[in-house]
Amino acid sequence: MKKILFSIVLANLLVACASEKPKEPEAVAPAPAVEAPAPAPAPAPVVVVDPLNDPTSILAKRSVYFPFDVSAVQEADKPIVEAHGKYLSEHPDRKVRVEGNADERGSNEYNLALGQRRADSVKKMLILSGAMASQIETVSYGEEKPVCTEHNEACWKQNRRSDIKYQ
Amino acid sequence: MVLNVLRSVVGLLLLVQASLASAALSIEIIGAGEHQIPVAIVPFGGDENLSQSINAVIVGDLKRSGLFRLVDPIGKSPHQLADVSYPDWQVRGADALVIGTVAVQPNGRIEANFRLLDVVKQAQLVGQSVSANSDQMRAVGHRIADLIYQKLTGDQGVFSTRIAYVNRQGKKHYSLIVADSDGYNEQNVLEQSEPIMSPAWSPDGSHLAYVSFETGHAVVYVQSLYTSRRVVLADFRGSNSAPAWSPDGKHLAIALARDGSTQIYLVKSDGSGLRRITFSGAIDTEPNFSPDGQTLLFTSDRGGSPQIYSMPVAGGPAQRLTYGDGNNFSPHYSPDGKSFVYTHFIDGKFYIATQDFQSGQVELLTLGGWEKNPSFAPNGKLILFASEARGRGILATVSSDGRVQEHMFTQSGDARVPVWGPHL
Repeated sequence: MKKILFSIVLANLLVACASEKPKEPEAVAPAPAVEAPAPAPAPAPVVVVDPLNDPTSILAKRSVYFPFDVSAVQEADKPIVEAHGKYLSEHPDRKVRVEGNADERGSNEYNLALGQRRADSVKKMLILSGAMASQIETVSYGEEKPVCTEHNEACWKQNRRSDIKYQ
Repeated sequence: MVLNVLRSVVGLLLLVQASLASAALSIEIIGAGEHQIPVAIVPFGGDENLSQSINAVIVGDLKRSGLFRLVDPIGKSPHQLADVSYPDWQVRGADALVIGTVAVQPNGRIEANFRLLDVVKQAQLVGQSVSANSDQMRAVGHRIADLIYQKLTGDQGVFSTRIAYVNRQGKKHYSLIVADSDGYNEQNVLEQSEPIMSPAWSPDGSHLAYVSFETGHAVVYVQSLYTSRRVVLADFRGSNSAPAWSPDGKHLAIALARDGSTQIYLVKSDGSGLRRITFSGAIDTEPNFSPDGQTLLFTSDRGGSPQIYSMPVAGGPAQRLTYGDGNNFSPHYSPDGKSFVYTHFIDGKFYIATQDFQSGQVELLTLGGWEKNPSFAPNGKLILFASEARGRGILATVSSDGRVQEHMFTQSGDARVPVWGPHL
């Protein structure tokens, strides 16, 4: 939560900086015949940062992980999903696709259904956190698109996953 | 019987319209049946002139079934009945002898004339001519192997049937492949960069239903193997998957997530008339029709872990069929409806298992490993499944008594989600 606050404050500061940026002199106004003041020490580049693109924001985390054959979002990952839900509620024009995945320890079809349930449980929590259902599409890849293909827990835990992908 | 042969050959000719995929494949056979019939197969006169040995196909088929012991014919090569000296074969311990000739006809067709002889009774069991287009030489071998198998075992052969599976090469190349029952003669039905799952044969072998992710999520398609034309069977929000045909080919059972949790629905084969038939709120998937079309087996985790259940197709309460430790998946009825094959997962390993409906007796047919997606051959004597060896996904068969296993290695990539097709 601290991180979110910090990034919102940061974003506000940056917005404030941006609005104070001196306007370009208008073409009609003659340039004053005074020497330009020495440039101020180079300021940080002034851009409006969408907290979504802030690598230090919790919103930079887009994946949540699950134990074997479980589809409920785990306590440790809830703040991630809640932050995305809040962001979506504040940005009603944004849409996400939640992609559910499973490790290979089940049939392909069971895992497709399990991945769907993992995507759907993230969707439910996004909605509880303020997002609208119309902003969220869920899909499952089951075990068909593993990020890691070895038969061990180190691999499997990476594949038991829902990804929140902004469209 | 001759009519049957002709009809099958015609079917195979039509199938060949699909593009030919890479053909090389290697095969390993593990174990042996208990009561193997000793049979000698003399290379047919003219076989050496063919680009594809018909005899090699026949020998491979009979070996793979686990029911035959091939007696070496070395030193003797009769091609006509008049050339056969039965005592030659009796001393070698052969109970049956196969002789014949094969040649490409002036019209370009290949024709084999063969005889199956009973060495003990010194009598002809089968004498028949089998022909096909010259690009279908393997089909001629499979047909002859079927006739030998049927005569010597009393069961219908399945060597002329076909299988379907998905081949995955890396993360961006998926092919839906139809091949002969021995894995050769592969033809691409669909090739794309997104995953393909769950091919299912229509009962007449003319169509495949399957799941493709080409539009970004799982959608069920039905595709003609003759024309390659296809229709979208189900494309609702969420996953659309697990197609299974009713025995009359008029309906499919599918698993849809459109109403929340994955549940089972019935739909006509043109995609109309959708009707939900399970209401568990849990995962219900992998439906499979009984041969009489009255009952469905399926996988559900409604009891807390994935297990096999059955329910009337018309709707009604489901009955749990698998108990004990471990998870169970992917049920497929045996062709006689008396048992089912499925995947049993316990202690980190998958096994291919069967359960008898009447006695409830469970048999593990394999030693365990990465073994999934079993389905029966149409004669119920062999089971095809996905396995793994040397770090690759392969196709494998096991005899329904668990005695003989065979591994089929495709040339490259991982073979996945195989399913055995019907008699043509």
